[in-house]
Amino acid sequence: MDQVVQHKPLTFKDYKSDYKPVWCPGCGDFSVLASVTKALAELQIARENCAVISGIGCSSRIPAYTSVYGFHGIHGRALASATGLKVARPDLTVIATGGDGDGFSIGGNHFLHACRRNVDMTYIVMDNEVYGMTKGQASPTTASDWEGSKLTPHGTGVSPFNPLAVALSAGAGFVARGFAGDPNGSAKLITQAIQHKGFSFVQILSPCVTFRPEQTEWKKIIRKGEISETNALAEAMAFLATDDGFSTGVLYETQRPVYAPKQEEKYSVKDIEASFEL
Amino acid sequence: MTSQTVSIAITGAGGAGVMTAGQMLLDAAAKAGLYGLMTRSSGPQIRGGEAAAFIRLSSDPVACPDDHFDVLFCFDWMNVDRFAAELPLRNDSVIIGDASAGEAPDVLKNSGARMVLVPLSDTAKEVEGGRPNMIGLGMLGEIAGLPLDALSAILEKVLKRKGQTALDASIAGVKRGMEVAGELEAEIGINLHLASKDSETTRWSLTGNEAAGMGAIRGGVRFCAAYPITPATEILEWLAPNLEKVGGTLVQAEDELASVNMIIGGSFGGVPSITATSGPGLALMTEALGLAVSAEIPIVVVDVMRGGPSTGIPTKSEQSDLNIALHGLHGDAPHIVTAPNSISDCLFTTQWTVHLAEALQTTAIVLSDQSLGQSRNVIDKPADLAFVAKREVAPAHVVDYKRYALTDSGVSPMAIPGTPGGEYVADGLETQENARPSSQAEDHYAQLDKRERKLTGFDYGQHWAEIEGDSDFAVITFGSVTAPVREAIKRLEGEGQKVKLISMRLLAPALPDRFNEAMAGVKKALVVEQTHSKQFYRYLRSEFDLPKDTTVLAKPGPLPFRPNEIVTQIKELA
Repeated sequence: MDQVVQHKPLTFKDYKSDYKPVWCPGCGDFSVLASVTKALAELQIARENCAVISGIGCSSRIPAYTSVYGFHGIHGRALASATGLKVARPDLTVIATGGDGDGFSIGGNHFLHACRRNVDMTYIVMDNEVYGMTKGQASPTTASDWEGSKLTPHGTGVSPFNPLAVALSAGAGFVARGFAGDPNGSAKLITQAIQHKGFSFVQILSPCVTFRPEQTEWKKIIRKGEISETNALAEAMAFLATDDGFSTGVLYETQRPVYAPKQEEKYSVKDIEASFEL
Repeated sequence: MTSQTVSIAITGAGGAGVMTAGQMLLDAAAKAGLYGLMTRSSGPQIRGGEAAAFIRLSSDPVACPDDHFDVLFCFDWMNVDRFAAELPLRNDSVIIGDASAGEAPDVLKNSGARMVLVPLSDTAKEVEGGRPNMIGLGMLGEIAGLPLDALSAILEKVLKRKGQTALDASIAGVKRGMEVAGELEAEIGINLHLASKDSETTRWSLTGNEAAGMGAIRGGVRFCAAYPITPATEILEWLAPNLEKVGGTLVQAEDELASVNMIIGGSFGGVPSITATSGPGLALMTEALGLAVSAEIPIVVVDVMRGGPSTGIPTKSEQSDLNIALHGLHGDAPHIVTAPNSISDCLFTTQWTVHLAEALQTTAIVLSDQSLGQSRNVIDKPADLAFVAKREVAPAHVVDYKRYALTDSGVSPMAIPGTPGGEYVADGLETQENARPSSQAEDHYAQLDKRERKLTGFDYGQHWAEIEGDSDFAVITFGSVTAPVREAIKRLEGEGQKVKLISMRLLAPALPDRFNEAMAGVKKALVVEQTHSKQFYRYLRSEFDLPKDTTVLAKPGPLPFRPNEIVTQIKELA
């Protein structure tokens, strides 16, 4: 692949496309986009060597708003496509993105196995506890008594999913939580996540002003940087046991063997063919 | 007198060494200059159940089972009746059993075949370290006329790791078996010795699943995501070590939704990618197959068909995934469907399909099936093929790069990540030429036309079908049923009756002009397929004009077509 020598450092604006987002005014995803582009600028990753992969949903539209390579696939499968890309092309920086419905409901199985597999890539989930694109249904992270959806008028009656706890128990080596109202803090988390060797998971609380207007109050209750980073799994788990979900920061980082099969051509196709000879 | 072909079935309880003996017999026959085919059958047990090896040896290349078995060799009678429907016998067939194994089941006693009991276990005991399956191997080797050195050579190759003692015991067992069979041949007057031909060509022994894997690697595939499923798993298990050898990678996925999306990701990264599955897995993958069509990302899925619907008959063959392969994708999603028509053609067709998928930047499904995938064939080494992955890629620093540019061919240069200036978003959404999402009518029309045009306008050359013979009577096939049809046509030719064969390798896109060309002068047609609902016939009816006088011979799995069924049908019609 061609290597471009960057004479002038790229700024976060260089990582944004000129395409106008479909998001509602005030959507938290705008600031997540800003955080992603700031992180890429911080790390000066060549645009052509980075790919942002997503599934379906409001937040999954993010690849088109960046200027790097993008992949806007099908609902729930961002992590699978990202895994395939990174394993086939280990030279690229791969960032999977999406929402809580895409990642934890339809794509829940891939989330578990991406945490286990530990491919060197980053997964950013913009969590607004609602399906926005389909106009306001409960997601796996919605509180069980939320009665705002026509689909579940009496609340879901189902316990919400705890993404950080699931990531920890499935074996993720980097787990963090950010808040859309703190774009610089989230940019730092994303930078650290990209730098982490192995699978890194960042949940970013990203208010939905249209279907969860009460989430605009999150800015008042968020405790920035209150999570203290640990490399002890038990400590991280213990923190989550009493956590209300509104503290931000890196929760857990540890180094585990990265899944990266070597790509060395040791034999020719003819050598393999010879194995069929009698 | 020597015969041209001999068919031998070996059955026994788990642990009797049926498959080992069968494979050694096949390999020894190949060593002796013969050709052969081995299919296998087993009970539902994961391990240790009764098993059967069906072997056909021949002086000339063979691609399908014969009408009946000449020899049924039973190490024991354990559940052998389970295989009865798979074991057509004639009055001149010989059943060989162990004298100390008790009473033979009625289904065999009433088969009309001659029954010969030999002291199999007792003979094995006479040889130090002797095992009944080696006595059996020696007997069957002698019956087929294989020389001892061919059998010894295979034993040496297989048992080298087990040490000299084990090897000596096996060779002694085989020798003893040959003696026993020699006496038997004289006693009951059977002689099935095959004449081997001196061959200059190198022989290969491989299964259809291995052949598909080899075709993928030859075609340039360097990434595979795998989720195991019977009867496709062997493709994936073969690819795992072999992709690694050529610098490729294989990932075991968590499910088929993941495996197909992983290969889309890998191929988006510029690496030719493949997965293999069977019906239930293909059903799970269909949404993503449409994504690859829409985003124009080349992928190949080998579907090794088994009995369906649902879990169906996982270990038995059927061609009933044709409908889902052709029509399973939602929306207007033109894609490629191919079908290998023999075990060796699994190599050619998979390689060609990789080439097509890459050249046309789309989804391609290879319809193999259990009878091709899991059968082992001794063939002449296939020719080298020029078909390799050759994707049209965008160079660096293109100004105003348009990923989905409306080219004449319909194929648009694809920017591969790592290429500066090519940054775009691959999308399942309908797009404009510049890859930005669009719900405008003009963009949808233009992109639909483009995706169709690139497939229908492509020159597929002569490989879209195999057309053999000339007659106003044609048999139309695809896939594994082709081999018994071919053999039936050859037999009829021997009787002076000419029949044309049209075996379609390219099922989608349909090429009506090529089909009409092939059908010129044909007044009568027979469609042969292994489905219950005549899926192939309905497909042909929907895409092409068939003669008024067209008959369908459709039979679902699990039993294979045998050449005489087709001979009988053709004679009735002609």
